[in-house]
Amino acid sequence: MATAAVPTSVLQLRPASRFGDRAFEWLTFAMSLGVVVLVILVGWQLARGSHLAITKFGFHFLATSTWDPVAEQYGALPFIYGTVVSSLLALIIAVPLSIATAIYLTELAPLWIRQPLASGIEMLAAIPSVILGLWGIFVMIPWLRAHAFPALKAALGWTPFFTGPIYGVSMLAGGIIIAIMILPIITSVAREIMRSVPNLQREAAYALGATKWEVTRIAVLSYAKNGLFGAAILGLGRALGETMAVTMVIGNTPQIKASLFAPGYTLASVIANEFTEATTDMYLQALFEIGLVLFGITILANLLAQLLLKTMTRKMTTRVAQ
Amino acid sequence: MIETLPAMQTTRVRTVDFMQPLTDQPQPDAPAFGVKNLSMWYGAKEAIKNVTIDVPAKRVTAIIGPSGCGKSTFLRCLNRMHELVPRTRVEGEVLFAGQNLYSPDVDPAMIRRRIGMVFQKSNPFPTMSIAENVLVGLKLNGVRDRNLLNERLEKSLRMAALWSEVKDDLRKPGISLSGGQQQRLCIARAIAIEPEVLLMDEPASALDPIATMKIEELITELKANYTIVIVTHNMQQASRCSDFTAFFYMGALIEFANTAKIFSNPTRRQTEDYITGRFG
Repeated sequence: MATAAVPTSVLQLRPASRFGDRAFEWLTFAMSLGVVVLVILVGWQLARGSHLAITKFGFHFLATSTWDPVAEQYGALPFIYGTVVSSLLALIIAVPLSIATAIYLTELAPLWIRQPLASGIEMLAAIPSVILGLWGIFVMIPWLRAHAFPALKAALGWTPFFTGPIYGVSMLAGGIIIAIMILPIITSVAREIMRSVPNLQREAAYALGATKWEVTRIAVLSYAKNGLFGAAILGLGRALGETMAVTMVIGNTPQIKASLFAPGYTLASVIANEFTEATTDMYLQALFEIGLVLFGITILANLLAQLLLKTMTRKMTTRVAQ
Repeated sequence: MIETLPAMQTTRVRTVDFMQPLTDQPQPDAPAFGVKNLSMWYGAKEAIKNVTIDVPAKRVTAIIGPSGCGKSTFLRCLNRMHELVPRTRVEGEVLFAGQNLYSPDVDPAMIRRRIGMVFQKSNPFPTMSIAENVLVGLKLNGVRDRNLLNERLEKSLRMAALWSEVKDDLRKPGISLSGGQQQRLCIARAIAIEPEVLLMDEPASALDPIATMKIEELITELKANYTIVIVTHNMQQASRCSDFTAFFYMGALIEFANTAKIFSNPTRRQTEDYITGRFG
């Protein structure tokens, strides 16, 4: 009897008001809303700062290649091209490296070496961009110019991508430096994703007599492929906006050349290089519009990735429904 | 039996002949596994203590015992799956087809092609269809012949008593099946490469009674062609579907005999206490 009375009295002590819960819900809602509002505000500011340029140049801004502030000619195509190509190059270089590293770290490496190695790779992300850029100028570029590029030219010179004079500073150098910068993020995300693959999946493959590589292929990589795609997209997001180190090695020449040995220019680099010189209103407006374009490309890339991921998952679920 | 088996492959070359029909030989008397003084450690903890047992071929041997007695660990020592857990160590020997599984020139991947395994939780590959799940082992072995693959697909699913339920849905993902069907799919996957032995680690413990019954009927049918070693928590299951029963306690083999004898007239006191529910 006495024990039965205890819970009732406890319930009575705590009135039914769920004020705490509701306040908590509203607080977290406001915070998450704040992030979205921030994104919209940034976009709106960029649009506002560039509306003169947008109305004056219209679509020509995106489709023409002349960037001449003195003549008030602003065409952003070479920068768009430079950003997209250097980022894709970076992905092509970094994704296989990162996934191979993640496979080694989760499937193959001896236990004692895994954590130190992973920490070492994450340390790469801690190197300030400008230091990596300095290393790029004084170490990487001379080496590329003297050894790697001539070898590439000799081997692949018959394709349009590895032709023309070798300056060192180039689209390819930019791609390589971005690859180095996005390697740690892709690796650590890929590693977490592979670690989340249930051991039961690996055991299923081992029990069929699979070798380590076969286990990795049929049990780990196929299970994790959506997540690995997401890791690559995270890297792409970083690559598109990467500024300092790229600016230092890409050559900063607004041109569109098929050859990856030719210097290029990116959207982020032109803003960083020219905002102090933007003396006229229209010049500043054009730079703002460059920022808007970069903002748009980054968001577009993320939306596209989400769409792709959705179709990939839908394919799997429709196969269930059939 | 031993003489009729091909010599154990010790190289990476895969020469398992999948064109051969299932062997349908008279019940041999030679044991499938000759386990001698087997001990196994996880780090410093001794999980298996000096076990010696002859596991009969083409029979169902049940391994029973309380949780943590080492029965699953013992099962994993029979196809070297325990090596996937770091810091394990084995002493003693397991003779299979006349060769010690633990001799240094034996490749564990080759062992596992001949000694299949079914797990407590069903684990079909989620990105693969039903057909791909069944055939993945054959494809790993380089079998590309469409006719052979189709034939083996149907045969394995029939043997796993799943064919009639899935024959129109072979392209659906394996994970779209129910829990019991998934477990039978895993059995089909294991027998598709025609191993000589099936190790089953509590294959029905996560299933409802009807699915459990189907798995048990399946075990009884499969023993015509396979040596089956089944770990189970369920003593009714052990008495229903096994020919021999081994009772493990604290890493040691306490008693091994005919299932009928173990459950009606056990020799050891601990066995009797366990099967009558006094502990465990």
